[in-house]
Amino acid sequence: MIEPELASQAVRTALERGATDAECTLAEGEEFSAQVRMRALETLKDAGSRRAGLRVLIGQRVGSAHTSDLSHAGISQMVESALAVAAISTEDPYAGLPESSELGSLTGDLRLYSDDIHKFDTAARIQAAMDAEEAALAWDPRITNSEGASFSAYAGGRVFANSRGFAGSYRMSSCSLSATPVARQGDSMERDYWYSLARSHSHLDSPANVGQRAAERTVRRLGARKVPTQKAPVIFDPITARSLLGNIFEAVEGDGIYRKASFLEGKLGERVASENVTVIDDGGLAGLFGTSPFDDEGVPSRRTVVIDRGVLRSYLLNTYTARKLGMRSTGNAARGVTGNAGVGHGNFFLEKGQRPPEEIIRGIRRGLYVTELIGHGVNIVTGDYSRGAAGLWIENGEFAYPVSEITIAATLQQMLMDVEAAGSDLEFRGSVASPTLLIREMTISGQ
Amino acid sequence: MPLSDSFFGQKFGITEHDLESYLSEALGAGGDYADLYFEYLATSQLSIDESIVKSAVQGVSLGVGVRVIWGERTGYAYSDDLSPEKIRKAARVAACIASGPSKVDKTGFVEARRRDLYPVVTAPNETSLADRVELVKRADLAARAADRRVFQVQASYADSLCHVLIATSDGVLSTDRQPLARLGVAVLAREGAGVSQRGYSGGGGRVGLEFFETEHTPEHFAREAVRQAIVQLDAVPAPAGEMTVVLGPGWPGVLLHEAVGHGLEADFNRKKVSAFSGRIGQLVASPLCTVVDDGTIRNRRGSLNVDDEGAPTQENVLIDKGVLRGYLYDKLSSRLLHSKTTGSGRRESYQHIPMPRMTNTFMLAGDSDPEEIIRSTPRGLYCANFGGGQVDITSGNFVFSASESYLIEDGHITRPVRGAMLTGNGPEALKYVSMVGHDLKLDEGIGICGKEGQSVPVGVGIPTVKIDRMTVGGTGG
Repeated sequence: MIEPELASQAVRTALERGATDAECTLAEGEEFSAQVRMRALETLKDAGSRRAGLRVLIGQRVGSAHTSDLSHAGISQMVESALAVAAISTEDPYAGLPESSELGSLTGDLRLYSDDIHKFDTAARIQAAMDAEEAALAWDPRITNSEGASFSAYAGGRVFANSRGFAGSYRMSSCSLSATPVARQGDSMERDYWYSLARSHSHLDSPANVGQRAAERTVRRLGARKVPTQKAPVIFDPITARSLLGNIFEAVEGDGIYRKASFLEGKLGERVASENVTVIDDGGLAGLFGTSPFDDEGVPSRRTVVIDRGVLRSYLLNTYTARKLGMRSTGNAARGVTGNAGVGHGNFFLEKGQRPPEEIIRGIRRGLYVTELIGHGVNIVTGDYSRGAAGLWIENGEFAYPVSEITIAATLQQMLMDVEAAGSDLEFRGSVASPTLLIREMTISGQ
Repeated sequence: MPLSDSFFGQKFGITEHDLESYLSEALGAGGDYADLYFEYLATSQLSIDESIVKSAVQGVSLGVGVRVIWGERTGYAYSDDLSPEKIRKAARVAACIASGPSKVDKTGFVEARRRDLYPVVTAPNETSLADRVELVKRADLAARAADRRVFQVQASYADSLCHVLIATSDGVLSTDRQPLARLGVAVLAREGAGVSQRGYSGGGGRVGLEFFETEHTPEHFAREAVRQAIVQLDAVPAPAGEMTVVLGPGWPGVLLHEAVGHGLEADFNRKKVSAFSGRIGQLVASPLCTVVDDGTIRNRRGSLNVDDEGAPTQENVLIDKGVLRGYLYDKLSSRLLHSKTTGSGRRESYQHIPMPRMTNTFMLAGDSDPEEIIRSTPRGLYCANFGGGQVDITSGNFVFSASESYLIEDGHITRPVRGAMLTGNGPEALKYVSMVGHDLKLDEGIGICGKEGQSVPVGVGIPTVKIDRMTVGGTGG
């Protein structure tokens, strides 16, 4: 791992050369990936890299720089570069580091790193991908082709230090297994995928399960048709509901709020969603992908209730956006290695409800079950929502046939108010998670 | 230019002998082909927000990627340290993909014929920071002065200067110096207590800073961003259902990028997972449509002297009068499909494996008068600008969202609409093209294309085009 002292040294160098405050991030990572396709190895990638970033303040002026050269000369050049750009920026009364009292780190084992991701050699990793693809190919005779399967592993570390006395570091690991089969029936060709992602190898799903699930998801898309343009209930499966949670995050993060660029700006304390919607951000849940001991400004991660049974309770803020709004940081600063911090999330999720997803589906006479969303038709400023969709049509509580080449549209304001049920199937497959969600009505455009 | 005079020769003392020895190391365990991609990238970003230059960032990144190809297999490794030991180590890791004797006959390097599609003497990254920060300050002032309803302005400027050195075991030795700059303005406008609307405009290319002095001035982009936001203040919800769609010239060419371009990248067709697989020679568009991908247009954002595998870029005809003519190949797919590279091998950085990608993709001009195209449409949607798009290359289904569109009623453009999303199927959508205007326009130079996690700059373009049938997703009737 990088010597953590290097970050504190860079901060000291910046102060010696005229910065009034400074913060330095070091990041390193090693990536491995093996891709197989049609039962043969296709790609092996194995490499690592390191990066340093520095942000300096000269009074209220800010400048940043980054480098891949972590030698003494490289760091020195980075300091000069950051000071040079600070000189051409404008004084910003709100710029600054967190107060010393806000800095800190969660203690205890957050289970972000597991040695067992190194346990398997290259051959075993290739075999895992082969097995996942084979399971998909064997699942159904209509699976005739494959875009491949892959195993990947990552191990990395992050160091952060600032001139207010913070110095911290942590290590992370992850591994994943995925399969992307292709199915054909007549003129219809479809692909879909499934994956498993974990911080520890022991928590990875089996190749057989990953392959079978990918095959099921692909085959059920075959023979998709358009449906007539209409208004109908829409169920988001947990995968597509995640993207909806991503939209909610964008609407509550401090940047959009202080700029008045979110439809949820000025709505604290108001009802913005149905009773079925409770949204939490929690950066301290052990072993998950949105977890870290401290945010990218050195403020401890924490749990924040964003929406409580439909009422907007909190925005997610870093130091800058908190100051702009006259509030306190919620420990949600995020950045690569340099620049002003943006706002990110920890584990951002919608709390599960009581009803199993099967029961929610059974309760729909006619409606759409969405399994894929494509395109970028979400406007956080206005709340306008329109996306390309594919999924399954529901008739009398059962899946009748697949649909594709349609769009679903509404406003996010209305969709949140119209959440009639959250399923009991909350599962963390990344840093954003949601159970199955039922929206009372959306406009479906097809024929 | 001899290697010793090149950027990497000068700055890092790399010699042909070094390159040959690294390639030999990479082919030490066998393999059909190996290449080295050295990259030195200097970047800067400046942004103004609330009339304050809040962020200014400079950075440097250096590294080398080593690739070994053996049959259909690729081994890849990289290093951010150019010391000979680290490069050799990366070469040995990449070599693990192959076994057996190498089939490569070493013949020494032949330097590619040089050309200069971006003759920029002083790259933007080499000018003074004060000159560049002036661009965002001017944009901010102009946007605020343009309309009293504007209440938020963010202008951002980014540039990069990328030096590359590519050496391959089939004897290619290429160097290139690739400047890139882009200026963008985003505004929010609101009338009284009404809903806020966003406007965005920007442009750039492989240009010097003088590009922003005439025509493409900060004021031009600022006024255009404000115009788009103001138009949206009066917009009605987009209609829903199938209807006639007229695409305006320029950026709406992103439809070609999504509907056609991605599906013609040879990696998908080698794997037979594209909706266009096996359809060369077939009619996939109206005979009015000729679509090309051309990486050789001077100073364009998507252009390159050589692609990221050292091959010269070229003009590739994808669809000729409606008939599918060809795919976009990189070296691997051209080897496996017994074709020739089309200069389409691109990668995001030294950390990434190249794959077939687009450069500047556009439809050639037709004969129709753009005004006549509108007059001939009793009812439909006119799309002047788009946000992003996405395609599922296997089913061929694509979507893209219109950021500025209008209803066409009785042959006239009438009310602006908001939130329109177009969806269609790649090999089908262009069959419904019934008129193509004579007003081909390329976009202003802001496109970024993402594929399998890799982003590269691209360009698009299209004349005014009438599509008789397309699904529009909105909430209106």
